[in-house]
Amino acid sequence: MTKEKEFKRADGRALDETREIKAKVGIIKNADGSAMFSFGKSKAIAAVYGPRVLHPQHLQNPEKGILRCHYDMTPFSVSERKRPGPNRRSSEISFVTGKALEPVLQIQNYPNTVVDCYILIVEADASTRCAGINAASLALANAGLPMNELVAAVSIGKTGDSFVVDLSKEEEDFTIMKDGEEIKAATDIPISMLSRSEKISLIQLDGKIKASELKEAIALAKKSCREIIKIQKKALKEVKDN
Amino acid sequence: MPYRRENYTNREDMKEEETREMPEEIDHEKSRDIVVPGEILAKGKEILPGEGTRREGEEIVSSRFGLLDKTDRLVKVIPLSGAYIPRAGNTVIGQIVDVNFNGWNIDVLSSYQAFLPVMECFGYINKKDLTEVYDFNEILVVKIRAVKPRSIELTMKEKGLKKLEGGMLIKVNSARVPRIIGKAGSMVKTIKDETNCNIIVGQNGLVWIKGERVEDEIIAKKAIEIISEKPFEVGLTEKVKEFLEKNKKK
Repeated sequence: MTKEKEFKRADGRALDETREIKAKVGIIKNADGSAMFSFGKSKAIAAVYGPRVLHPQHLQNPEKGILRCHYDMTPFSVSERKRPGPNRRSSEISFVTGKALEPVLQIQNYPNTVVDCYILIVEADASTRCAGINAASLALANAGLPMNELVAAVSIGKTGDSFVVDLSKEEEDFTIMKDGEEIKAATDIPISMLSRSEKISLIQLDGKIKASELKEAIALAKKSCREIIKIQKKALKEVKDN
Repeated sequence: MPYRRENYTNREDMKEEETREMPEEIDHEKSRDIVVPGEILAKGKEILPGEGTRREGEEIVSSRFGLLDKTDRLVKVIPLSGAYIPRAGNTVIGQIVDVNFNGWNIDVLSSYQAFLPVMECFGYINKKDLTEVYDFNEILVVKIRAVKPRSIELTMKEKGLKKLEGGMLIKVNSARVPRIIGKAGSMVKTIKDETNCNIIVGQNGLVWIKGERVEDEIIAKKAIEIISEKPFEVGLTEKVKEFLEKNKKK
């Protein structure tokens, strides 16, 4: 594999280039806060409701308010119809998304309440959880909730020997032939970063990677997260125009 | 017959009320910047962090998405959107959802269930049947006495608080309420005078309109919608006046 600068990916992107990013705030009228975020074909919408009364009552926390995230994909978002409703994968992503957003949200002053964050993937083309986190971060800010900072997420991949930013479906399914067998050779690392302190709130790893290489991946993620935060800020400030 | 409170109030009481429920004065005719969480708003030890901001060393950082309000010594962020957060002293409009033996549960569109005890009502109340005083689904103007970790306590023991009968109820974002009321109640007064309607604005974003004709009510409703949809416009008072003038001639 080559590491030359002219190296282009299958869709013509440079190694450290994300797909075209679109972000918009305030798309759902009935929600307290809402946003859309897309990486190329991966498109997520998020709606935030609350703080509101939490039922069933035994889930209430008298010390602080809680954040509930619900991640789901539309049946038509993937090439083969997805059975509607939560499944093992979506409940895991809901959980990690909540954990990624929790450090910024300051809802401890609203005990016994819940902030519900619904993330829906309208179109999926890899990195949907990152698009979901970005959309949720915008929606939470749009809901006027007290937040320390914003959250941005991006997926870093390793296809073959080189690191790439924002994997597409094609790159995620990258395989190599070894001893007449097809082996999955792509590594997918979703990373989310806080905007001000630049701390990492989520890091997952699917595939194989050396410990020394992980540092390189994190540095790359931080660089593109800074770009994403710029786009998020721009989207929030554009509320005035629409 | 138990003593009914609504007989007691008249129009004059209500007019006085809206000016009283004003929060701190905000000059809306000034153009402001939108800030996002984590943005640095000011630097220096002498500046104080106000609502929606925090101090991090030398810097004052925003903790909320909203409009920046900067004065010489104080920096704060005015909310633009979001759910209603109840505060003691707010006058709100709510609907009765439950009748207990000692009071009423009222939905005031906030994070907690609100409770109005019999003790906080005027006059003699027959405790055997509280539905005779306020029944299910009735709309009340009430004041928040205290906000507790699990509930909101309401009171009716003040001028202008009563049951609402007739008219129409509309919902706007609670962040737009100061704008609808205007400086010292100027905006809502303009709409009231031009349309000849009674208007009560609850801090929770519910607005009650009652006029002699339904047509007047609809014009008032449209005027309020204009305000709540275009919160950033400079010179909004003129625009609303223009709209009301235009509809009046018809």
